[in-house]
Amino acid sequence: MSIYQRNMSLTGEPPKALSTTEKIASASGMVGLFILVLAFFNVNLPWKGAWLTASLVLISSGIITFARAQYSHKQAGIKNDGVWFKDLSSRGFWGWVLAIFLTSFYIVLYFFPATLGQGTDGAANTGLIGLFDPLSYLLKGQAASQWFVYGTLYTVAILSFGIKFILKYRHNSYEVIRTGSVMFFQTTFAFLIPEIMAGLNSTKDLPYYDLKNVWPLNYYLFEQWNVNALLVNGSLGMTMLLFGIASILVITPILTYKYGKRWYCSWVCGCGGLAETAGDSFRQLSDKSTGAWKIERWLVHSVLVFAVISTVGIVHSYLPKNNIYKIWEDGAVVKQYETFFTQSNFLILVGVGLTIIFALIWIFRRNELKQDARYGAIGFLFTILAFIGIHFMAGTDNLFFFNHGAVKSAYGFLIGAVFSGVIGTGFYPILGNRAWCRFGCPMAAILGLQQRLFSKFRITTNGGQCISCGNCSTYCEMGIDVRSYAQKGENIVRASCVGCGICSAVCPRGVLKLENGPLEGRINSDAVLLGQEPDLMELLSDNKN
Amino acid sequence: MEHIVIIGNGIAGVTAARHIRKLSDKRITIISAESEFFFSRTALMYVYMGHMKFEHTQPYENDFWAKNRIELVHDYVHTVETDAKKVHLNSGRDIMYDKLILATGSISNKFGWPGQDLEGVQGLVSRQDLEQLEISAPNNKVCKRAVIIGGGLIGVELAEMMASRQIPVTFLIREKGFWSGVLPMPNAEMISRHVRSHHIDLREEEEMAQIIADDSGKVKSIITKKGDVIPCDFVGICAGVRPRIEFLENSSIELQRGIMVDRYLETSVKDVYAIGDCAQQREPVGERKPIEAVWYTGRMMGEALAQTICGNPTKWNPGHWFNSAKFFDIEYQTYGWVWSNPKEGHDHFHWQHADDKRAVTIEYDLATRKFIGINTFGIRMKHEVFDVWLSNSKTVDHVVENLDKACFNPEFFEKPFKKIKQAFTTIQQIKA
Repeated sequence: MSIYQRNMSLTGEPPKALSTTEKIASASGMVGLFILVLAFFNVNLPWKGAWLTASLVLISSGIITFARAQYSHKQAGIKNDGVWFKDLSSRGFWGWVLAIFLTSFYIVLYFFPATLGQGTDGAANTGLIGLFDPLSYLLKGQAASQWFVYGTLYTVAILSFGIKFILKYRHNSYEVIRTGSVMFFQTTFAFLIPEIMAGLNSTKDLPYYDLKNVWPLNYYLFEQWNVNALLVNGSLGMTMLLFGIASILVITPILTYKYGKRWYCSWVCGCGGLAETAGDSFRQLSDKSTGAWKIERWLVHSVLVFAVISTVGIVHSYLPKNNIYKIWEDGAVVKQYETFFTQSNFLILVGVGLTIIFALIWIFRRNELKQDARYGAIGFLFTILAFIGIHFMAGTDNLFFFNHGAVKSAYGFLIGAVFSGVIGTGFYPILGNRAWCRFGCPMAAILGLQQRLFSKFRITTNGGQCISCGNCSTYCEMGIDVRSYAQKGENIVRASCVGCGICSAVCPRGVLKLENGPLEGRINSDAVLLGQEPDLMELLSDNKN
Repeated sequence: MEHIVIIGNGIAGVTAARHIRKLSDKRITIISAESEFFFSRTALMYVYMGHMKFEHTQPYENDFWAKNRIELVHDYVHTVETDAKKVHLNSGRDIMYDKLILATGSISNKFGWPGQDLEGVQGLVSRQDLEQLEISAPNNKVCKRAVIIGGGLIGVELAEMMASRQIPVTFLIREKGFWSGVLPMPNAEMISRHVRSHHIDLREEEEMAQIIADDSGKVKSIITKKGDVIPCDFVGICAGVRPRIEFLENSSIELQRGIMVDRYLETSVKDVYAIGDCAQQREPVGERKPIEAVWYTGRMMGEALAQTICGNPTKWNPGHWFNSAKFFDIEYQTYGWVWSNPKEGHDHFHWQHADDKRAVTIEYDLATRKFIGINTFGIRMKHEVFDVWLSNSKTVDHVVENLDKACFNPEFFEKPFKKIKQAFTTIQQIKA
């Protein structure tokens, strides 16, 4: 609905001012934040550990207390009262303030870590990052970095807002269990395990490795420093590298076949975790227009192609011309392997692999692709193959004409930093909580293709019970116009659906259900709404085909 | 090219238009004074509650209509001239039609209460009603107390709306339990308790006698039949609806309570049809009432009439009865017939969860054990499965045994079907 009717002034008022408990909770959170601000401005705080603890405890207890005050006195059920009247959740003044604050934080975090107090060239950390040193030493025996600060705050956000989410949806077991899962994976897999792993081995660092972070979301998996770091660590490192590859080629497709991409996007992924918990108040802001849908499909798949090209370029750049792979350290070869992966073999393999995947989709799933998706797929395949072909004919060292380093840093800057961080999270209060997942995440694009083409997952609609009220579409964070399917009685099989289950939760008539079922009849475009006598049902069904 | 004119852009009129477009190339015009574009009236409550903005209630983007060559006329029809096949609009424009579809919907029932036309007294049917509500009851400072008359679906929705803005509500219903004209007593009482648990002052077996005005002609209080005076700033009239047909009174179209139609949904005048809330069946279908002010009925009549209009004469022949609603936090679905009191030769099986939010009532024939219908509260059920069971005349024992096959609850929800089966078996043993 791109062109809204704007002439109606159905404006309500926020239901009420903050209660006393809510005020105290807000104050507590603000004091916690204020400690971080003090540290940011280099106020010298003694007993850093105590101040850090105080700050994190105040922030999280503030969030949790506020959530309790909001939901615990109300009966369990959907509580979206006044969402569109509240300034923060309807792109009002405070929404913009928050967006600008978050965006600024991300810009500083990614591009100006020195501002946060990151010590360079062996200097000790100061400021905000210095405040986090005690916790970092506790976990891994090293000083903190900007990413450690970010990881800690990220985890605190998912845990506290996760509790808020659970309180809000406590009547809904699916939401409660799913949120518990997201909180668990963030705390252990994304935060504690990698930090502790990095700290365990002091002589030869095991790399910081988030096992659940799959390429291409983990776009540095195949970078030389990472591969080398894994390889020099012997069998454990090798296992991790193989696990990383198996995740992409085996584990991910199998899980997506069985459960849809939701197993990752809504149950495991950290980006999804933050979106679902801290971002829940903004889910209604995602754009549902067909225009936005078109942009989404072209953008997210372009990012995927960009990620493939960038990764191929990077791997190509450090592979040997002959079959000996050497790991260099300080100018000397520390290890060498005999390998099949020479530059040429690798490129041929990539070309053949992509062609096979394309051919399989074209042969078995062609009819499920829309016209523009077919054009896009052909276009993308030929772009990549043309690059590879030209490379062989021109015989330069640089893959794809440009310096692989430039592609890599462009990818890291544009996608890794600007898109996923600055816009993806910073713009929660403006674009909705899943802008990154929807428009930018290459992992979501891959899983989405799998989900659309061969998954058992779908959202089914209940006969003729839909009343077209629009709650499902409004609260879909991925901008899917769920209602347009529900009111036709069609199953919802969309590449972008992350299976958060909120459409089913907010439906006042119980019309939507997330299901894993047989592949036959999954895309039932001829489904009709029930209610008529059988003859007319058949007529309606014929006419829909 | 044949010109189909539809008066009313509710679900009935719009469904008819969409299906006529699918089946044919006819020229289609929809006339509505209420809103420029189709919106879902069932969602009006969510706009007031702040769950959605008004534009979210519009299922189609604004360019949908032009793309599908459906002309929209934003105007009021004041008369229909069936001899000349013409409708006259308030703007002075006349529109000629070849076939006319009346889908004008309904307005709130008013039963001649003293003061019923005062400022601050209204129903909740149209978009204009919602706009009026924003004036009369924007918050609990302007509206210190609301009184709602009539215990039906709109009444409980209005109560929920008021409660969302912390406006104290007194809710008067004639019956002993909420909607007990339709719901069996145990179900009605459960909903009554649930409504009260949301701090609604629900008064059963109570009716309004009159509405008292203040000096400026605004409502000040109401007096109940029992003589209680309830000061209030708003009175919600939710004692049912009736067809909106006044503008047809001088036409030659036969009217009773609604517009009289035959089984092909045609009125007494050739080429004039009526569907949705405003239509009254000459011969009711099965157990159904002659006028059904139900969203689903409007939708299905639109589907059926489109066939007739496009050269495939189709009787209005709905399948098994179904309906649904939500009372605050409790979802309600019904399939088949469950009467407030079991019909002769029938019996009810009631089951209620200890949480007082989930319940099932099944009506069945005692002699043949045939399954007649089911009410479920707080448990989602599959429409399709019950449609098949009803068509195949399954027994109540089969239905209870296989209830889990009809379950539509989200994943990981606790399933009470074992408890339901146990309760059913126990009761059958006691009765036997």
